[in-house]
Amino acid sequence: MIPAAEAELSAAGLSKSFVGSRSLIDMALGRPASRLQALRDVSFEVARGETLGIVGESGCGKSTLARCLVGLHEVDRGEIRYRGQTLGERKGSARSRYDRAVQMVFQDPNGSLNPRMSVGECIGEALAVHKLAKGAQIARRVAELLALVNLPDSAALRRPHEFSGGQRQRIAIARALAVEPSCLIADEPLSALDVSVQAQIVNLFLELQARLGLTLVFITHDLRLVHHLSHRIAVMYLGRIVEIGPAQALFAAPRHPYTQGLIASAPRMEPKRVAGRDAVAGEIPSPLAPPPGCAFHPRCPRAADICRQVAPALETRDGSWPVACHFASAEGAV
Amino acid sequence: MSAAPLLSLRGLEVVFATRRGALHAVDGVDLDVRPGEILGLVGESGSGKSVTLRAILGLLRGSARVSGEVAFAGEDLLRAPPRRLEQIRGAGIGMIFQEPMTALNPVLTIGVQIEETLAAHGQGDARARRARAVELMREVGIPAPEARLANFPHEFSGGMRQRAMIAIALAAAPRLLLADEPTTALDVTIQDQILRLLKRLTDELGMAMILVTHDLGVVAETCDRVSVMYAGRVAETAPVETLFAAPRHAYTHALLRSAPHGGTPRAPLNPIRGQPPQLVAPLPGCAFAPRCDFALPACGAERPPLVELAPAQASACLARDRLPPWRAP
Amino acid sequence: MTPPARGLRRAFAIPAPLAIGAAIVLLLLLCALAPGALAPYDPLAFDYNALLQPPGPAHPFGADNFGRDILSRTIYATRIDIQIALFATLGPLVIGSFVGLLAGYSGGLFDLLLGRTIDLVLTFPFLVIVIAIVAVLGPGLVNMYIAVCVVGWVFYARLMRAETLLQKQLDYVAAARVLGYSPARILFRHILPNAARPIVVYWVTDMALKILLGSSLGYLGLGAQPPTAEWGVLIADGKNFFTQAWWMTFFPGVAIVMAGLGFSLVGDGLADLMDVRR
Repeated sequence: MIPAAEAELSAAGLSKSFVGSRSLIDMALGRPASRLQALRDVSFEVARGETLGIVGESGCGKSTLARCLVGLHEVDRGEIRYRGQTLGERKGSARSRYDRAVQMVFQDPNGSLNPRMSVGECIGEALAVHKLAKGAQIARRVAELLALVNLPDSAALRRPHEFSGGQRQRIAIARALAVEPSCLIADEPLSALDVSVQAQIVNLFLELQARLGLTLVFITHDLRLVHHLSHRIAVMYLGRIVEIGPAQALFAAPRHPYTQGLIASAPRMEPKRVAGRDAVAGEIPSPLAPPPGCAFHPRCPRAADICRQVAPALETRDGSWPVACHFASAEGAV
Repeated sequence: MSAAPLLSLRGLEVVFATRRGALHAVDGVDLDVRPGEILGLVGESGSGKSVTLRAILGLLRGSARVSGEVAFAGEDLLRAPPRRLEQIRGAGIGMIFQEPMTALNPVLTIGVQIEETLAAHGQGDARARRARAVELMREVGIPAPEARLANFPHEFSGGMRQRAMIAIALAAAPRLLLADEPTTALDVTIQDQILRLLKRLTDELGMAMILVTHDLGVVAETCDRVSVMYAGRVAETAPVETLFAAPRHAYTHALLRSAPHGGTPRAPLNPIRGQPPQLVAPLPGCAFAPRCDFALPACGAERPPLVELAPAQASACLARDRLPPWRAP
Repeated sequence: MTPPARGLRRAFAIPAPLAIGAAIVLLLLLCALAPGALAPYDPLAFDYNALLQPPGPAHPFGADNFGRDILSRTIYATRIDIQIALFATLGPLVIGSFVGLLAGYSGGLFDLLLGRTIDLVLTFPFLVIVIAIVAVLGPGLVNMYIAVCVVGWVFYARLMRAETLLQKQLDYVAAARVLGYSPARILFRHILPNAARPIVVYWVTDMALKILLGSSLGYLGLGAQPPTAEWGVLIADGKNFFTQAWWMTFFPGVAIVMAGLGFSLVGDGLADLMDVRR
């Protein structure tokens, strides 16, 4: 584990729930509002220049986590720290610094750019609001940023809809980079792109990291990509991190039964893999009604009584890396 | 194994009239599906794979002009009268879609939707229909099927909805199932379940399937043969082992190379340069030539024909014999 | 075809209904801006030789009971009615849009209160309230504008709120927040331009409705006051002579219909146009 003092970005005990709305009738009848616990006690650190991949399926809370890290949601409990400083209220100059330090790249390149602003206006606005450039400097800086993402100067005059998905994603990255962040949170940045275009954006991320020393938190459901790109990987299930460790080692010998099942499920480009039992049986429970104890126990081949009652803590049990399982073991990996 | 193909597409073309001109979504497709085999149809967005599927069953919008030949068990579907097509849809050829929530009728229970299909294809007795519906639900792995027949689509989870859609598609025991990206919208573990289910069902029922997907991994694990599509044309068709061992089209080669496949971690990948082609004004020659590392002048001059290399293998690439291995062994 | 040429060509490929509507509105504007150039007579000039004269070469729309030329009066009245179209809509547009924008973005109590207020106002028939307010304040165009403002903003607020809620979900708004932009900037520089489309379309159609409203009130004697030429007033002037001189009410009536039609067609056409072209 990275000592908290050195961590670029760290989260400690983050919990976040969303409360559903109630109609007047519900209030009158005393029915409680539905509560969706999106994050339960999530803790991790990211070192400077590191790429942390976060994987998980629906309801695991990875998108909520991303949004909490950039301040789009307020967490109910827990702390987020940037370079050791707790971001409490984040008002005024502290907020401004954090805004610039931690930026986000979104999933949908269509929706994440204002359709009515030209690319130059879009990126220029970020520079102007944060007073990073003025007047004629803005155009120059915009051109520099576009070059950084391998787009021509002429792109600045055009509107987002004139570009392809991959190009739009580059524009979004350029915009995020305009405020000179040290940390990028990428929430499924490649999911809406074709495979051949994904490779272009992956290379861009690698290049930018090498050049600018960026820290990257890469959220995705694509296991092949996250395996290729990350230094470390965190696996999430129903609002918790169930395993977090070095990418290559974790993939080679996962300890948590969910991780094992997840990796086994991911289609590989190996023709005609042997068909057999389902890699993971059963449905993903709804986060509105998570199973008690360890949330994975209904689908887990190793489940025992303790699993139904006590949620396992995320800790290192066999000298490898933190796993949240009472029976963590590399055996049983497919 | 040279059984006569169950479905045969020859020179299939689909042209949409748009503001910018005629859009050639499908530009001369030749395909065969043998009885009981799973054919993967793989390509990126704009390759025309979904449109091809819909053209087979006549499910395209009015503004589409479809031409060519679609022979199902010897019958030309493009020239079949509407009544005949209705009979074939469901009973001869079934279809499942990507988004179960929009493909299922939200105001009818699953039971009604299954029984509706059964009734439409001749199952007269209401009790027999009910029993068959329960059986189908069980086949596709939905627990407590009797009770769940009375549920509406929104009461099912994503994976269960997809299973329900498969149950409806199987109701009239089709000989061919068209699957349009059936697992793209599903989580990975659920995708794994659904693909295994589809494989099991095709084996048990002797049903053929065309599986449209953009995911090469899905193709590798599920399909017997693969057709790779690009810009509305078939680039290459091959048995799945052969395709992954040695692709015979530059596009397939580039596509395989661009995916991360366990090489050095964090090494740069190999993207395909350039943009997908405009389907509105197709240039002469091979559609992939502008982006191709192996292109010759001949590639841009005239469209390379789809040449049969072996009984189940064909390629429309002039560079097919010059392609190096796409990955280190 | 080079892009500029293509754009120009597209600009001229206006669908027929929109073209017709635009032509009508342009004609109306012409009448409103330069009535003297178009009207053959002074609208207030009496002509005792032409009392209640039916439509003919001298008076294409006929003459009224004072011998005034109906055509000229109708043309001069266009100015008043176009004014009504503008002034009766601008107030609700600005107020309603502002409130709707704020409510949609901030949510919470403000939004709740706004929603209830909208519901409350909508329970009353629009025309009845307007008449009631004008009755209290006294007849006249300015009071009519006030009355329309008090009630009419609700429609714009509702529309703008819905659009704002929609836009708020999109990632470009989230991106703006993550980039640290102030709520004011996000509202006016990002959300508003994207939410404006349906408001503009509604506004044009609303102008048609307000012309009808103004004319109705004018007819009832609660809007423009005689001798001001306003279409509703003209119709009222003619109502006592309806059997003898149908042309006194007919032609101003046609003008109202044409104005309503013109604005509606433009509104519909704009909706289609703005959708496709972005």
